[in-house]
Amino acid sequence: MPVETIADKWQLWAVILGLGATTFLLRFSFLGLIGNRILPGFLLKMLRYTPMAMIPGLVAPGVVWPAATGGEPDPARLIAAMVTIAVGIWFRSTLAAVGAGVAALMLGLWGLG
Amino acid sequence: MPASPAASAPLAPIFRQAVLRAMPFTVMIGPFGALFGVLATAQGMSLFETMAFSVVVIAGASQFAALQMMQEGAPVALIILTATAVNLRMAMYSVALTPHLGQARLWQRAVIAYFLVDQSFVLGASEYARRSTWGLPEKLAWYAGVVTPVCGLWYLATWVGARFGQAVPPDWPLDFIVPVSFLAMIAPILLTRAQMLAAAVSVGGTLVLWWMPHSSGLLVAAAAAMLAGAACETWEERRHAG
Repeated sequence: MPVETIADKWQLWAVILGLGATTFLLRFSFLGLIGNRILPGFLLKMLRYTPMAMIPGLVAPGVVWPAATGGEPDPARLIAAMVTIAVGIWFRSTLAAVGAGVAALMLGLWGLG
Repeated sequence: MPASPAASAPLAPIFRQAVLRAMPFTVMIGPFGALFGVLATAQGMSLFETMAFSVVVIAGASQFAALQMMQEGAPVALIILTATAVNLRMAMYSVALTPHLGQARLWQRAVIAYFLVDQSFVLGASEYARRSTWGLPEKLAWYAGVVTPVCGLWYLATWVGARFGQAVPPDWPLDFIVPVSFLAMIAPILLTRAQMLAAAVSVGGTLVLWWMPHSSGLLVAAAAAMLAGAACETWEERRHAG
């Protein structure tokens, strides 16, 4: 398991405090420091796309090459991901998408595994 | 100046109203917080370290991203950079709330900033736009009412997950609950063509750049995805205008 040695603990605290600091600065930036100065419109537009720009990419490799199967594409996980996306887009509900995705994963692992 | 007279709207009802309005937004916080607690302790973190993570960072998606990259053994600086990039949208939230809350005292703005999460942005920005008569005290009371259940539940759920995570049967496919949760967060908000394009560039770019060390291709793909989304939106605006 990763976070167990002293060196790992130092790294863990560096991540906690470092990420805490940068995230606070992002939140505090305009409220606290920059105030009502105008930000270029295109930059603001870009910032609005960060969720769709970061999170799908963060997930994609784990969907296509899951670590749990040693990097081999796994039908159960692929189907679960597709069901989650389809239900999320169709019903516009995170809760419904999680429920459907987890159910599809369980069924898939039980039926295909 | 928000020279709200002493006899302005009483603040306690506004606070209570905000708590109620925030309730539907807390549905996902319990499971996500608990899942973070379970995964963090399964990765070797103590109860104290797990709680510190949720209290200091208080941004779920970036916490899961950091956890995943720590498990992959990525260098600390790259973990912080990538997880910070997940939180870039918060600078946009900060911009949006500044016209309403920018007049608060410095320490108040620091507290507001600490609690600036998706829910407090959405419920703050939408309500402030409708309530033109509200002064600063009313806006602060509303904000406090929103963040009390939202952030309180985040801490509590993390603790429950960390404390009782060992009870989760080891053969549960926890590795894949995080991807499913992430996809479930994003799919419902893919409404426009620009948003779908950004998501597609993000996925395609990351997979194509997967040879880059320690998932650093993700940052390149994300930058391209943000550009693509903003450019597509601009292009569609021009087309509708002309």
